[in-house]
Amino acid sequence: MKPVEVNLRPVVEVVDMSVQFTGEPPVIALDRVSLDIAEGEFISLIGPSGCGKTTLLRVIADLEQATSGRVMVNGMSSHDARLARAYGYVFQAPALFPWRTVLANVTLPLEVQGVSGEQARETARVQLERVGLKGFESKYPWQLSGGMQQRVSIARALGFEPKLLMMDEPFGALDEITRDRLNEQLLRLWEREKRTVIFVTHSIPEAVFLSSRIVVMSPRPGRIVELIESKLPADRTLDIRETPEFIDIAHRVRLALRDAHD
Amino acid sequence: MTDEARPRSAVGAPPQGGRIGRGTVPADCSSRTSAGSVLAAGNASGPAKPVLRRSLERVLHPFAPVLTVLGALGVVWYAAAAWLNAPQVIERVLADQPGWGLAELLPLTWSMQRPVLPAPHQIGLDLWRSIVDWPLNSPRSLLFHTGVTAASTLVGFVMGTLLGLALAVAIVHSRTLDRSLFPWIIASQTVPVLAVAPIVIVALGSMGLTGVFPKSVISMYLCFFPVTVAMVKGLRSPGVMELELMHTYAASAGHTFWKLRAPASLPFLFPSLRVGIAAALVGAIVAELPTGAQAGLGARLLTGSYYGNTVQIWSALVMSALLGLALTGAVAWAEKWFTPGGRK
Repeated sequence: MKPVEVNLRPVVEVVDMSVQFTGEPPVIALDRVSLDIAEGEFISLIGPSGCGKTTLLRVIADLEQATSGRVMVNGMSSHDARLARAYGYVFQAPALFPWRTVLANVTLPLEVQGVSGEQARETARVQLERVGLKGFESKYPWQLSGGMQQRVSIARALGFEPKLLMMDEPFGALDEITRDRLNEQLLRLWEREKRTVIFVTHSIPEAVFLSSRIVVMSPRPGRIVELIESKLPADRTLDIRETPEFIDIAHRVRLALRDAHD
Repeated sequence: MTDEARPRSAVGAPPQGGRIGRGTVPADCSSRTSAGSVLAAGNASGPAKPVLRRSLERVLHPFAPVLTVLGALGVVWYAAAAWLNAPQVIERVLADQPGWGLAELLPLTWSMQRPVLPAPHQIGLDLWRSIVDWPLNSPRSLLFHTGVTAASTLVGFVMGTLLGLALAVAIVHSRTLDRSLFPWIIASQTVPVLAVAPIVIVALGSMGLTGVFPKSVISMYLCFFPVTVAMVKGLRSPGVMELELMHTYAASAGHTFWKLRAPASLPFLFPSLRVGIAAALVGAIVAELPTGAQAGLGARLLTGSYYGNTVQIWSALVMSALLGLALTGAVAWAEKWFTPGGRK
């Protein structure tokens, strides 16, 4: 598969961005962070808790304001990008509405965007099928397992075909077996549709398995310490975790994390 | 909802239970046996009996706890009636009959014209007569008064609910209103309604407003408060994550309200409506007291106490309790109707 060229403007452009939380003393969550993300990349933000990886994601999503620096998404400010509905966001928890069926949960963002009823339902059905939940449309969230609920929330984020998908530790609360399976499904989805994904995690195997580039971050103050390219074959399966290439990249990530901590 | 449904069915249960006790086979029981032929053959004492007993148990089982309480209450009530009415009976009736005993005393304490505490059967009889003996539009019919009170309760309930909802929406969307309105709302409820009711009734009356409306205003006054408090909590119940989710969709305030806040508040709304409708009933009855209202359960209570007609007071009380149960039952039914199986 050929890498996409001609993309002069990165999808996400973070320049010298800092976030400071007011308090006594003020907490510097991110300290002059710079990062460019090109179209079609799968970026993982990894680091110990308190390194600002979630904050970085939230600033890009306009859920948090940068104290200084510049954040551009699709060449717009992150605020305008949000208003233009440029991205889908998956939270740590599924955050499904319990009074809505699975299908109605997936149509929610479409309804907000004014897509008409039957068209929204049709799109939602397609998205649910993609995450392997065909046949569960009329169930309510509490009738689904945790992994299925998180898949619904991914289908919901994909519903309006955003070019950019942001995921904040989406599988953190799931058991390892479910997590492995969802990782594989997510990879297939990315491979097929070549959307740009920004993925926050604190699991090294997850980051290495999924990413085309891994951003290693360090805490107090939060900054980026290393960018690690991963050139694993696109059609990889979970078995790749036994290969020397995988182990090598995982090792480099581990070293970077350790250095960052000292 | 069951806590509302139970007392209701319990009130309806005794006559039914009594009939079964006397050995009449309930309709569903005889059809169930399909050995109806056995019964018809006059062999009822044989194989039909265990079936009868089983279905009797099935019918009585859900009501057993309620019936037990009702039975205990009855015993205590009759004892209390005897105790409280005895001095009068002794003074007025038995004083000139030397040698009376408990056997003479007890029946008399339970059948006085104007007892201190009427016995349950006296209340029951009065209820029955005041419902059956008079046409619905007669001021002597208890149902007429019940209807009058129910009307102002319902109008007041609707007004109070709308006011409560409007206040809650305003408070949730405006920090200024949150700070400026809430103290007044709390303060309004610390003023005793008995003091407010005459003022409001007289004031509205001088403006030419009489009948249902002034009474509904008092109902509304009591009813809006639980709705406001619960709905403020309910509309604020969505978590940060749900709100941020709507934020990432660039959803308008209207969308956030109708698609998130309003549905999330429904589980808070209905319990407050149940409290609200009971409060509205109290408001309507209180509003019927001060100006010597002509009609309504409050008026019945008042005339009953003017003429020392305790039985009438009690039957009006029982009627208002039944009305309250019916109204809260209706709200519980509405709750079931409006919340589909999805909520957990």
